[in-house]
Formats: sequence, C-alpha cells, structure tokens
Amino acid sequence: MSDFTSDFWPYFISAIVIGGIVFCMTVLFITSKSHDPAHTGESTGHVYDEDIVEMNNPMPRWWMWMFIITCVFGVIYLFLYPGLGTYAGKLGWTQVKQYEQEVKETNDRIAPIYAKFASMSGEEVAQDPKAMAIGERLFMNNCSQCHGSDAHGSRGFPNLTDNDWLYGGAHETIKETITNGRNGMMPPMAAAVGSPEDVKNVAHYVLSLSNSEHEASRAALGKEKFVACAACHGPDGKGNQAIGAPNLTDDIWLHGAGEAAIIHRINNGLNNKMPAQGSRLTPEQIHVLAAYVWLFSNAK
Amino acid sequence: MSTNNVETFYDDYVIRRFSVMAVVWGVVGMLLGVIVAAQLAFPELNLGLPWTSFGRLRPLHTNAVIFAFGGCALFATSYYVVQRTSQTKLAFPLLARYTFWGYQAVIIAAAISLPLGYTQGKEYAELEWPIDLLLLVVWVMYAIVFFGTIAQRKIKHIYVANWFYGAFIIVVAILHIVNSAAIPAEWMKSYSAYAGVQDAMVQWWYGHNAVGFFLTAGFLGMMYYFVPKQAERPIYSYRLSIVHFWGLIFTYMWAGSHHLHYTALPDWTQSVGMVLSLILLAPSWGGMINGMMTMSGAWHKLRDDPILRFLIVSLSFYGMSTFEGPMMAIKTVNALSHYTDWTVGHVHSGALGWVGFISMGSLYFLVPRLWGVKQMYSKKAIELHFWLATIGVVLYITAMWISGVTAGLMWRAMNDDGTLTYTFVESVKAMHPFYVIRMIGGLMYVSGMIIMLWNVIKTVQMGQATRARIPSTVVHA
Repeated sequence: MSDFTSDFWPYFISAIVIGGIVFCMTVLFITSKSHDPAHTGESTGHVYDEDIVEMNNPMPRWWMWMFIITCVFGVIYLFLYPGLGTYAGKLGWTQVKQYEQEVKETNDRIAPIYAKFASMSGEEVAQDPKAMAIGERLFMNNCSQCHGSDAHGSRGFPNLTDNDWLYGGAHETIKETITNGRNGMMPPMAAAVGSPEDVKNVAHYVLSLSNSEHEASRAALGKEKFVACAACHGPDGKGNQAIGAPNLTDDIWLHGAGEAAIIHRINNGLNNKMPAQGSRLTPEQIHVLAAYVWLFSNAK
Repeated sequence: MSTNNVETFYDDYVIRRFSVMAVVWGVVGMLLGVIVAAQLAFPELNLGLPWTSFGRLRPLHTNAVIFAFGGCALFATSYYVVQRTSQTKLAFPLLARYTFWGYQAVIIAAAISLPLGYTQGKEYAELEWPIDLLLLVVWVMYAIVFFGTIAQRKIKHIYVANWFYGAFIIVVAILHIVNSAAIPAEWMKSYSAYAGVQDAMVQWWYGHNAVGFFLTAGFLGMMYYFVPKQAERPIYSYRLSIVHFWGLIFTYMWAGSHHLHYTALPDWTQSVGMVLSLILLAPSWGGMINGMMTMSGAWHKLRDDPILRFLIVSLSFYGMSTFEGPMMAIKTVNALSHYTDWTVGHVHSGALGWVGFISMGSLYFLVPRLWGVKQMYSKKAIELHFWLATIGVVLYITAMWISGVTAGLMWRAMNDDGTLTYTFVESVKAMHPFYVIRMIGGLMYVSGMIIMLWNVIKTVQMGQATRARIPSTVVHA
C-alpha cells in the first residue's frame, strides 16, 4: 500500500527535503561571501543594551566544511536509500528486507545445530543434555515471561510441570500448542444453568468433584444442572482435551479456586489465549522446545 | 528628558516573579527526578499507591523541569532580554502579568492532574485538553507581549537573542496546537485526533521539536544575551548567527522521525529524519562556537567568576549532546541505543548540562540586578552549587551511558543456537548499580539547586525591587 494519498505528496516531500538542503547551503555561501573573510575583528556596528557589541568575524572554515560534508552525505544517502517520497533508492533497501535477510541468515547459521535433533523423537531429544540446554534457553527467552522461569505458571498461565494438560501432554501435541497457539473459550453459562440458586448449586457440585470444600445438599441439587456443563467438561467432569475443556476433578484451578471464583466463571465465561510462536521460532527449535516442556512432567 | 515619566523604566515586575518561580520549580522538578530515579533502583519506593507510582510521577517530573523550571526561566529572561535589547519597556504590561498567573495555573493544574492519573498519554504533552486550552491562551498572550515589544523597539536591528526567543514562541505554539489536537470525551478525557503511526509521527515531530525549540532555541536566546554580558566581550560573529539560526530552524522541523527508527513508520520518513538530524550537527555547533568564541579573551575570568563557569560549561554540554544526538539518529547506532538508558543519558546531558546550567548562570546574573544589589548574597554558595551540579551531571550521564550500552549489547547478544544470551531480567540486574549511581548524581544536582534557592531568597531579602532606567541615548544599531 502506498504511503501517500495522492501523487502530489511524494513531490512535495522531495522538494522540501532537497530544497531545504539547498537553502542551508545557499545561506552558508551567500553569508560567507558577503564580507571579505580577511576582515577578522570587524564589527557590524550593532550595539545592544549599551555594551553588547556584535562582531562579524568569518565563520570557522572547519565548521563550514562540516556543514557541507553532512549535506553532501545527506544527498548521497537519499540517492541510495528510500527518502524522497516514492523513490525507492538505488540500493533497493527496505527495513522489511533487512529484517527478513537477518532472520534468514541466522536460521541458516543455526540450522546444522538443530538438524541432528529433528530426526530424533521427542523422548530421545529429552534425553540429550545438549538439546535440553538449548531448550532451557529457548524457554527462558520465549516462555518464561508468562509461565515463569520455573514453569510453574501463575493465575491464568498454566503450570507446565504438574502433568495436568488442557490440550494434551504428548510431545506432538505440545509442538502443536507452541506452533499455532491455543484459544481457550468458555461461554457465559448462567442462562443455560438456570437461576442464581442453580448456578450456586452447580458450583458446589463442581467443588465436590475434586473433594473440595462444599455443601453436599447443594452439590446434590447441582448435579442435574451440570448437564449444561457436561457437553464440554464431560458427564464425569474430567474435561476434554480435544477442545481444551479443563478437568474439574483434579483440584487444579487455573483461574482461581473456591465457590466465588467458580460462580464468576459460570456467569461470565472466559477467554484465554496462548499466542502462536510458529512465526518466531523455526520448526526445529519448536521440536526441541516441546521436548524440554514435555520433560517437566516426564522426568524419571 | 523627564525623569519621572513611567516610560523611562523597564517593566521588571513579572520578571522578578518568574525568576523566583523558576528556582522554586527547579527544586520541585529535580526532587521529583530524584524520587523517580530512586524508584527505578528500588521499586518499593512506589509505595504501592497509584498516586506515587513511577508511571504518574515520571511525567510530573518531566513537565516540572521542562515546562515549570525551564518555562519560567524562559519567560523571565525573554521578557528581560527583549526589553534591554530593544531599549523599550514591555508592551501590554497587564497581559504580561496575566501570563505569569496563567502559566502558574497551568503548572498547578499539571501537578494535581498528573498524579491523579489524568493524561493524554503523549510524552511531554500529557496534560488533558482543558489545561491545554489554558496553556494556549497564555501562550498567545506571551506572543502578543513579546512581539509587541519587538514592534516598538528603539533599536533598528533585532538582536539575535530575540530571533531565537521569537522562533521558540512561534514554533511551540504550532507544536502545541497540532500535537494536542484531540476530541474531548468528557472533562478530563480526550482522544487524539490522529491514529496509529500517524499519531506516533505527530507525537515525535512534537517531541523532538520540544527539544529543538523549547529546550534549544529558547535557551540559545538566553545564551546570546547573558554570555556576552557576563563575559563583557562582543558577540563573535553576526553571520555565523544568521547561518546557524536558519539551519537550526529548518532542520529541527524534520528530525523527529529518528525517534521511530525500525518501527511501522515508512522507510522514507525514517531516512529523511536521519539525514536532517545529521545535517543538524553543524547548525547546532554554530551556536556553541559563537558562544565559546565570544568568551575568547575572557578566559581568565573563569578563575574567579562562577557564573561565567556555569555559562561555559553549559555550552560545552550543548556541544557534546548536539554531537551525540545526530550520531544516535544514525540507524545503525540507533539500533543499539534505542530503548536503552543511553537515550536517557543523552537527554539529561542536554537537560541538566545545557538547559540547567545556562538557566542557573542567567538567573544568577539576573537576580541581583532585579533586586538592586551588586551581586548574589553568597558567591561561595554559587561555587558550591557549580561543583555539586557539575559532578552530579557527570555521574548521571556516565552511569546512563554505561547502563545503556550494556543493556543494548546484552539484548542483542546471541548464542550459537539462535537463542538470546541474556534474559531481559538479567539486563535489568546489570543496570541496577548504574541506577543507584544515577540517583546519587541527581541528588547532588538537586542539592545544588536547593542551595541556589537559599541564595536567591537571601539576595531578595537583602535587596529590594528596583526599577531600572531605560538608557536615554539610543546607541546606533
């Protein structure tokens, strides 16, 4: 897409930039010529506030040359690089091209290091100390910001060490999660469940699934209303990894434990997102990284 | 000539007030600077309260030092210089008094609204729209007084200091109107008139010209009067003034996009900003050369004149930071320096070294004359202030250079496997000692300013507001 709304603006920009540089040089030359430079110590005859006298000494030569050289450099730069409106510059440089080239160069350079691991299975990679050292660095660079340096996560950011998986903990599944990200979505369910009383009862039933503190009478009442939840979380509440529906029976609460948190969740639903890393890391890097994450729950 | 004619005296009423407030706001603004510097080193000092958190106090600091301290110093000196060099009293004296009270009202409004969290979210232009409008009114009154005084000057030529003050007043008005353009949603909430990268470009066109015209052109006006006055030497070169003035005016206008290298800003805009930032080097140094060469023949005075020392050190820092600036505008250098403390160090070498020192020197010149005494109450205190400030600045900027370059290099360091050598938090840890040194530097700088406040109060108590007579003989010019 063009940066300009009409053909006028590229010319406008070019004219002002070049015109401005020419203007600077013109002022410099006219002013340096207007008096004989030999007349050092010559006064303009201006006097201000009784005693401020204004001399008219020639401008230092080195300074004039510095001014000229920066202007010449500027013109050459604008000839080589984009600057004058839509003119692309002799070198054809763009920041996007520079970025793509730097990424390609780096990926080409690191490829041999990862090539060895790409042909190994996830389990084998996890046994390779060198691969795991790389995996740790990848994790610290890219994952620790949300999941923590110890991978224990925090509220809203899953713990990666507890062998409790929203989408599955197989090496291939973890790779899929890293590459394409995940969009977790629970819709607001209050209307489907029923009255606020029903919502509260369902919350107690949910709490009972993991033997958390709950009122048995309410849980019993809530059980039949749980049908609305079962579509995703399953009739037994054990969740469904195909759609990322959490297991409700294991006492792991990503978004807060207890009656109030669960009622809030039923009433308001929740969107949670793991961003895709596929464009930031190479498939080979993700292969190693996934093995590193897999090892958290599978270390012997 | 009638001696009791009011026309024969300069109007310094408002200048006295602006001078004192410049020192007061200097202490306040720099103290806030030390507080936010301490918060960076020791985050617990945020106190866990929204009003005292870094995010709210930092804009309060920048507004206080740039617009309250710097602004009051510019008002005071420009009103003083334009009268003396035009040999006439201020036009519209009542309007000049309104500019004082109006400007103080803007500052107070900023001091209340920023900690409460009201902000437009634009750096150095945080104030919400009702305060913006008040500032605009004050600024138009300022322009009327200043240019009105120029119009009734008794001297044929307009002195170079007034070119710079004039450019500062006109351009700041344009910058303020364009960048603060916003759609009000409610009393203290508005939305920028621009979106996305255009908004960013307008913001940095404003941001860099705030440096160029508020913090440079305005203070060059100060330099062109107080340096020759204190050194008692003629201005070195009129034609150098012409060339560097026009060079500065043109090139600064285009330099802003160097704040947005390697962003969504189109390539051509980045290149133009970089090229014109480089060309800006010579026009900037023109001002430094003119000031330095004006000093030649008076170097011996530096030995026992601390005021002159303030002025000369300010020119040195001006030269240094205007060399550093164009270098940092070069894309490859910027790729390292951007987002690091190097930028913070650069700004403060200009702000503390150039703007601070030239203002302090000028105010030390001004205060005794405004209160009719021969010199400041304590010359020793000026000496002490000078050394505290100098060591403070040096500590500050060297700490930020090291911290900035260290962080920049750590961020780009890469392992053979394509991973980053350092995590972000490791770079933060590496910066920590320099944050402490910076805080100490700032503490020294504000200590000097507190000594200045004491010295000014003593001087004011010692003297009394004195009317200065306009010389009757119009020297030909």
